[in-house]
Amino acid sequence: MANLVKVKINGQEFEAEKGTLLIEAARQNGIEIPAFCYYEGYSLQAACRMCLVEVEGTPKLQVGCTLPVDVNRDGSPMVVHTESETVKSARKGTLELLLTNHPLDCPVCDKGGECELQDMVFKYGAGESRYSETKVHTPEKQWSPVVFFDAPRCILCYRCVRACNEGMGVGALGIGNRGVIAEIIPNKHDHLECDECGSCIDICPVGALTSGTYRYQTRPWEMNHVGTVCTHCGDGCKTTLGVRDGEIMRGNNRDRSGINDEFLCVKGRYAFDFVNHPDRLQSPMLKNASGGHDPISWSQALDMVAKKFSEVKARNGKFGIIGSNHTTNEENYFLQKFARQGLGTKNIDHHRTGDLATLFDALSGKNDTLASVGDLYTAKAVLVVGNDLSQQHPLLANQIRANFRHHAAHIYTVTTGEVREDKQSIAKVRVKQGGELAGVESLREQLKAEASLVILFGDSVQGDSLRKLVAFGDSLGIPVKYIGLVDYSNSRGAFDMGIIPRDGGLSREQMLAATDLDVLWVVGANPLKSATLASNAFVVVSEMFMTETAKRADLILPAASAYEKSGTVTNVTGEVQKLKPAAKVMGTKTDLEIAGSIAKEMGLNLGIWLPDKMLEEIRSTVHGYNVPMPILSTGGAAPTQPLNGRVAALPGTIASSGDTLFTSGTLGRYSKMLNSVMEAPGALYGGNK
Amino acid sequence: MTFSPQLEERFAKMLQAYPEGKKRSAVVPMLIYAQDETGAVTPELIEEVAKRCEVTPLQVDEVVGYYSMLHRKPQGKFHVQVCTSISCMLVGGTELYDQACKKLGVGHKQTTADGVFSLEEVECMGACSWAPCVEVNYDYHHNVSPEKFDALIDGLRKAQ
Repeated sequence: MANLVKVKINGQEFEAEKGTLLIEAARQNGIEIPAFCYYEGYSLQAACRMCLVEVEGTPKLQVGCTLPVDVNRDGSPMVVHTESETVKSARKGTLELLLTNHPLDCPVCDKGGECELQDMVFKYGAGESRYSETKVHTPEKQWSPVVFFDAPRCILCYRCVRACNEGMGVGALGIGNRGVIAEIIPNKHDHLECDECGSCIDICPVGALTSGTYRYQTRPWEMNHVGTVCTHCGDGCKTTLGVRDGEIMRGNNRDRSGINDEFLCVKGRYAFDFVNHPDRLQSPMLKNASGGHDPISWSQALDMVAKKFSEVKARNGKFGIIGSNHTTNEENYFLQKFARQGLGTKNIDHHRTGDLATLFDALSGKNDTLASVGDLYTAKAVLVVGNDLSQQHPLLANQIRANFRHHAAHIYTVTTGEVREDKQSIAKVRVKQGGELAGVESLREQLKAEASLVILFGDSVQGDSLRKLVAFGDSLGIPVKYIGLVDYSNSRGAFDMGIIPRDGGLSREQMLAATDLDVLWVVGANPLKSATLASNAFVVVSEMFMTETAKRADLILPAASAYEKSGTVTNVTGEVQKLKPAAKVMGTKTDLEIAGSIAKEMGLNLGIWLPDKMLEEIRSTVHGYNVPMPILSTGGAAPTQPLNGRVAALPGTIASSGDTLFTSGTLGRYSKMLNSVMEAPGALYGGNK
Repeated sequence: MTFSPQLEERFAKMLQAYPEGKKRSAVVPMLIYAQDETGAVTPELIEEVAKRCEVTPLQVDEVVGYYSMLHRKPQGKFHVQVCTSISCMLVGGTELYDQACKKLGVGHKQTTADGVFSLEEVECMGACSWAPCVEVNYDYHHNVSPEKFDALIDGLRKAQ
């Protein structure tokens, strides 16, 4: 750190960089200066007056959140008191004013127990009020299925306004009127049209903004908080699920425990409700004569699968296995081991949404060429090619916005339509699908002048054009890192664990088209949604819901969701994180347990199939996955090492699912909250403005 | 939305008066001049100003809600503003306002049925030396006695 100056806070001398805000300098040294409106990462508001401090030599109290640390004119350090009697009485006065119209309905308020205003009044007093006037009251408003607003509780700290404007880049909230009738207003007069991300609700220090799913459901202290990884898109946000009696009540990341800090989109915060959807499959089902399904017991089902698999294996029949984008690394690893060692088949694939094989191959022999989520926040320049990030990769979009806000990063976009990043970009290029490379080429001179670059690209850049993109990156003469965008929570893991038709195996499409397939085993995927099965294969499906594929199945095995199991997942940038079980749905088993049980029934020896044992095996055998356990087990994101070797091309097609901010494949169809917002199902490229 | 050529010219000049990327600064003057011409700040006007100043309609809406001189509903042809802040109050401002209510038959922020007059009780207009003060549209009337007020209103009614 350059230019350190001394500052004396509450009698202790500290060093801080000149110009640091006093509130930050104090926090860095473990001294909390209370504030409602000040929020790290957002613009300064200086509206709440809670952070007043006494600075010696200054007659009046100073606002700690806007006061830069500096030495006095005579060179002596600034002397600050943050908890003197004068300061305490000023804060008490501020609180008394804030409580003038704030209803004391804490016993029924969602925020009760974790309310910052409550905590401050508890600390500084203002238990009695000198105001006897009737409180101004206005009725509560509903702005969307997700967001409710109770104006009297609002203390006008502007946190939500800034979070929406600066953080999300949406700007759906503002302040209407002034004085005592001033209140937060939504962008569409009586309702919101926005990302429905709920960050306004999370950031609200009081109970003014409340969430449609969580309101009046429980008290905060009745829940256990389980930090796990969101199962919707590939960004790998940590979501802390509030669980009461085995039921998920809410999702947030207030504890800033993940790579996403506090960020979550509508899916991470609200779309956990598929877990308890009444259509969840809770018993194995066998196809009956009329084409429907009848429930059978797990032991009957496992026995039946094992017999069928053994019989087909014995006569050298043809297996096809389609794995999932959502299951854990451990499950994926075990599944491919099951396929290759247990069944002796190479026909294993999953719905690939990005061309990772070509990317890794093109990057082989190069070091430090894969960007992490963190890199997007620090990169000097970012180039987005062929993807609507704010719809498909909300966390990555958020990182880029924050990078622009805090570091004035240079953003370039080459897309087929309008994207939110355009607003921050220094150059935007509109291209037709397939014209991405020409668009990128047109930015050559500008990009060459950058110190370093991160390139993100979607599924429209694959195969040859991806090789050309990497060659373009090489030709710039600056350090370039890449993010190959893949859609789902463990798309990257499915690829890395080997759920791919390498060494001559059949691709997903080839399996479906093969007329001589004997067994099709589908784990957490829905290939028959958009394709038909050419053969009369015996179909085994492990699924959460009665999907198009499950309907065709001869045997359905009810699977647990990611929120109900342990294991690890790898996000789009190759960072591995641990899942923690939050809920339990009766009758279901994890895919690891299902595959393990089938192996046991078949008498196969595929090793111990506990998640921890499986992870040990992955760490010692899968290239790049020797990740540090301390990071993983403390809930961190452990970066995988790049493959750095040649990767053979794979058969089959690669296509993004085209999911938006408001859709999430099969899971999205069963999330009531996700489907209830009026923006759903959303649209890519400028669809949600 | 289009405005008169004179106003368009004024807006064009106005947008150049601020530094690059600071078109937002033109929101307040643009609203007030447009209101003079169109009679009120309508949702269409908010959209238009937002477009021209490169901000969101919500950001313009915030400004409209904040400033009491911006009206969402059309005012009367003559917008009568009576000051009841301290200097005016001490020399009969409050009584003058009561009289205005009676004379015009409307209350605070209301318009007469024929649309000729609207009334507003306002805070200090900076004319304390000549209190009580009444402002009609942009014209100040100083030392307004009850008689003078009646004469003023009658005169305006005839003149319209």
